[in-house]
Amino acid sequence: MPEFLVNALIAGLVLALVAGPLGSFVVWRRMAYFGDTLSHAALFGVALGLLLDISPMLAVTLGCVLLAVVLVLLQQRQPLASDTLLGILAHSTLSLGLVTLSFMREIRIDLMGYLFGDLLAVTSDDLLWMLGGSLLVLVLLLYLWRPLLAITVHEELARVEGVPVVAVRLAFMLLIAVVIAVAMKIVGVLLITSLLIIPAAAAQRHARTPEQMALGASLLGMLAVCVGLALSWFADTPAGPSIVVSAAALFLLGFMWPKPD
Amino acid sequence: MTETLVRLHDVQMRFAQQAVLVDAQLEVHQGEIVTLIGPNGAGKTTLVRIVLGLLKATSGQVWRKPGLRIGYMPQKLHVEATLPLTVERFLRLVPQADHQTITQALRDTGAAHLLASPVQKISGGELQRVLLARALLRQPQLLVLDEPVQGVDVSGQIELYQLITRIRNQYGCGVLMISHDLHLVMNTTDRVVCLNHHICCSGHPAQVSTDPAFVALFGAETAGLALYRHQHDHRHDMQGHIVPSIPCCPTPHKESNQDA
Repeated sequence: MPEFLVNALIAGLVLALVAGPLGSFVVWRRMAYFGDTLSHAALFGVALGLLLDISPMLAVTLGCVLLAVVLVLLQQRQPLASDTLLGILAHSTLSLGLVTLSFMREIRIDLMGYLFGDLLAVTSDDLLWMLGGSLLVLVLLLYLWRPLLAITVHEELARVEGVPVVAVRLAFMLLIAVVIAVAMKIVGVLLITSLLIIPAAAAQRHARTPEQMALGASLLGMLAVCVGLALSWFADTPAGPSIVVSAAALFLLGFMWPKPD
Repeated sequence: MTETLVRLHDVQMRFAQQAVLVDAQLEVHQGEIVTLIGPNGAGKTTLVRIVLGLLKATSGQVWRKPGLRIGYMPQKLHVEATLPLTVERFLRLVPQADHQTITQALRDTGAAHLLASPVQKISGGELQRVLLARALLRQPQLLVLDEPVQGVDVSGQIELYQLITRIRNQYGCGVLMISHDLHLVMNTTDRVVCLNHHICCSGHPAQVSTDPAFVALFGAETAGLALYRHQHDHRHDMQGHIVPSIPCCPTPHKESNQDA
């Protein structure tokens, strides 16, 4: 196998592994649209990174965290519903990113790559960043698993039982931000949420415990990465969208499997 | 003298410009069942949330026994249908809970058979027992129950109140609970605190039910209902309707014993 394909495969598998448990929480906490908004803001992060000349992964993470803070502040200060706010922020940050990038005429960037991913162009350097980021998310997620599950089930009950709710929630947002930064190169800002929620939704039907669902989501996501990359390799389709299409196909296939009961 | 677990002194709570609690006093002792009662919007839940530390009072003193372990039973639990969670896994969310302590707590609340059921699929009454078991897993010194019988039919309510008394006797903990039907908690509560933004009256249930402040708040009918189990002194007409002794009574079809 050529090196770029090996890199792509490793990057995709590692992302799917992390996206499984994190995506399960996105599904349980009904935060799909929140994830979508954060990933739209990633493009603004890229522009910011180019402007300030810092690592794009760091810039994207910072951009997402900044957006999460703005969102929380807006939620507290005015009466608009969350989905309205998310809609405003998602599209205005995406547009802001595109407008900012257009000002930087001296820098040639591959916009399609950012929007829909450029998995086959993952370099060894990129891979190292991705592995580091994913490992960080995985370790933090293991550590936060129980408190995060507790606040997902009942926030006040968890608080009375001594869970530092605000800190755990912030940590969760940070984890999503890091995963978006990792995933941007793989499926692009417009498709990131699908990698979080489609495998989790597919695993949900057959899981009996939260852990089964998280692990099942990881495995299904990894399968989708393999199938998608194969499709891309043999049929010359774009890698990111091929992975998403494979994940969606797996999700639909799950309905044909009889539900255990 | 039993030990004081929580003491609220002159607690005020304002949301925006609205005063929800004014000069609220509350004390709960070890081994004592205190029932908080009052109309909707009287500030019962707010007071309980202050006791729990979920809300910070605008002013006044809140004292908790140092290191106080509180077991909290929330009013309701909504778990997303997409989250596969059995009763046992739900109870395992409490730190240090293991299979043995969990089955014991479920046995204490009469819900041992639910261990492997998904939390989304059990009935309202069963869910209350599971929530109570979760509160017990903390080995609480104080149990705080927010409307523990909500959504449960009357016979189930009586059973649940008896269960709470049994648990108080077994665990020796103090209990603070919200209820809005004094007549049901009469037998099972040591002290009633009647709240309508301020503490209207408090004391032994039989005493409170005849207190003018309580009667003014709930109307003579509720107060009468609270006493109803002691005396059957109303009359029925030929159709079996209850005949009020006071001719001007506005709701002649409800039971009342204003002639008592």
